[in-house]
Amino acid sequence: MIEFLNDVIEIVTKHYPFLLRGIGYTMLIALAGTLAGLLIGLATGVVRTCPLSKNGFVRLLQKILNGIIAVYVEVFRGTPMMVQAMVIYWGYAFATGGSTLPLIPSGIIIVSINTGAYMAEIVRGGIISIDKGQFEGAAAVGMTHWQTMLHIVLPQVLRNILPSVANEFVINIKDTSVLNVIGVTELYYFAGIIKRESFQTFQTYLVVCVIYFVLTFTVTRVLRLIEKKLQGADSYVICGSQSDPSAEIRVPKQQEVPND
Amino acid sequence: MTDMKPVIEIRNLQKSFGKVDVLKGIDMQVAAGEVVAVIGSSGSGKSTMLRCINLLETPTGGQILWHGKNIQTEIDSLYKYRASVGMVFQQFNLYNNLTVLQNCTLPQVKVLGRSKAEAEKIAKDYLDRVGMLPYQNARPAQISGGQKQRVAIARALAMNPEVLLFDEPTSALDPEMVGEVLNVMQQLAQEGMTMIVVTHEMAFARDVSSRVVYMNQGVICEQGTPAEIFGNPQKQETRDFLARFRNN
Ligand SMILES: Nc1ncnc2c1ncn2[C@@H]1O[C@H](COP(=O)(O)OP(=O)(O)OP(=O)(O)O)[C@@H](O)[C@H]1O
Ligand SMILES: [Mg+2]
Repeated sequence: MIEFLNDVIEIVTKHYPFLLRGIGYTMLIALAGTLAGLLIGLATGVVRTCPLSKNGFVRLLQKILNGIIAVYVEVFRGTPMMVQAMVIYWGYAFATGGSTLPLIPSGIIIVSINTGAYMAEIVRGGIISIDKGQFEGAAAVGMTHWQTMLHIVLPQVLRNILPSVANEFVINIKDTSVLNVIGVTELYYFAGIIKRESFQTFQTYLVVCVIYFVLTFTVTRVLRLIEKKLQGADSYVICGSQSDPSAEIRVPKQQEVPND
Repeated sequence: MTDMKPVIEIRNLQKSFGKVDVLKGIDMQVAAGEVVAVIGSSGSGKSTMLRCINLLETPTGGQILWHGKNIQTEIDSLYKYRASVGMVFQQFNLYNNLTVLQNCTLPQVKVLGRSKAEAEKIAKDYLDRVGMLPYQNARPAQISGGQKQRVAIARALAMNPEVLLFDEPTSALDPEMVGEVLNVMQQLAQEGMTMIVVTHEMAFARDVSSRVVYMNQGVICEQGTPAEIFGNPQKQETRDFLARFRNN
């Protein structure tokens, strides 16, 4: 047992530069991929909910774009990311006659595209669940679809889907490990290197396993805190009472009116 | 009616949802300063007509003219048009992510291109008029239904519309809050705001409106001054409708 612990400690102390670099790249790819994926999801959400134009040509373009989005979502949700990584990375090499993309950007692109397909569905669900009255209230004052989405609908959607977005981030922290098939130097890739140097397969992967867990656990907790913050203030200040304009009264949040 | 040119003229307006004909040829004119109360039983097409006027619904037949121009083919911008035709909904439809003040400034800034400072000044003016200025930092979820509706009216007014459309503005309110909203509307009417008000508040139609339109099954069955409609209705359907209302 003592010996086992010594092995573990040695792996950490001897190889910590590898481990730290792995953690860095894993978090970078997961975070960048999740944010880019979210942007893809939001963009597809705006496009898919846009009312069809009266102009025949624009209408056709909209339909084609909607078709492309639908295919994209199905294909990328219906295939493993590990295979997507190989197809995209080597597909690029094939198409360009042998030149390859740098590895970290490749990893970010692959995770982004993959996450985008899931985010597209998450955002779509989020938009559908927004009360129709929000859209009509915006249309009735003369806002465009884009203005409505940007200023009224998407802020509400973002707040509602934050738990799902956090979930995607956590999934990505774990799933970046498949990128080692194209040689991206994330945490799992370094685990392979450490194992080959130390010949201690179990100890190495146990250390990496613990690291993954600490990462996902911390991220989950932090995001939950942020979620709580975003629930908003539960009181507001009534300003300028008629007798005393500088009066400030704090009013506790009321119960939601049932017919609203 | 005056001989002034109408602000809104509706000609043979039709609307069907699939096979269901909801509006079967509505003809109506509204002149500046008129307060038109639209009454009628549930499902008669009152909301649909109102929603056609600002193109929340697309008419399937007929025309709606805005100062003589067809709103579907002849106006410059749908968005500018909607800005000049304010709408107040039964369910308020305040923007839930914004404060009371932001609800009233965002449309001005985005649609009318006003500066933030100017928009805030105008918004505060109207919020003050409906008695909601003290709540400018509250969110919609934190205020009562009657308060929400007053904010919704201020939001519409801040766009300086030529016409205001109301779709049963008090129907979702608890009885004790109906009065505060009707008071605001009555004040607007007295100041000469042009309004089309779909309502089940017969007292409002009788006392505040300059003309009452009774709709039945997708057509205008009868219209006239409040005295004519409530005192001496010509059609049997109108009499039946009003009688049913008194009994309820
Ligand atoms: N989007 C829609 N799709 C299908 N049918 C609809 C739609 N909107 C309204 N209708 C139908 O049109 C008819 C008229 O509806 P409308 O809402 O205009 O009536 P209303 O006079 O406003 O009634 P109420 O007093 O209950 O508000 C109803 O039978 C309704 O079911
Ligand atoms: Mg209605």
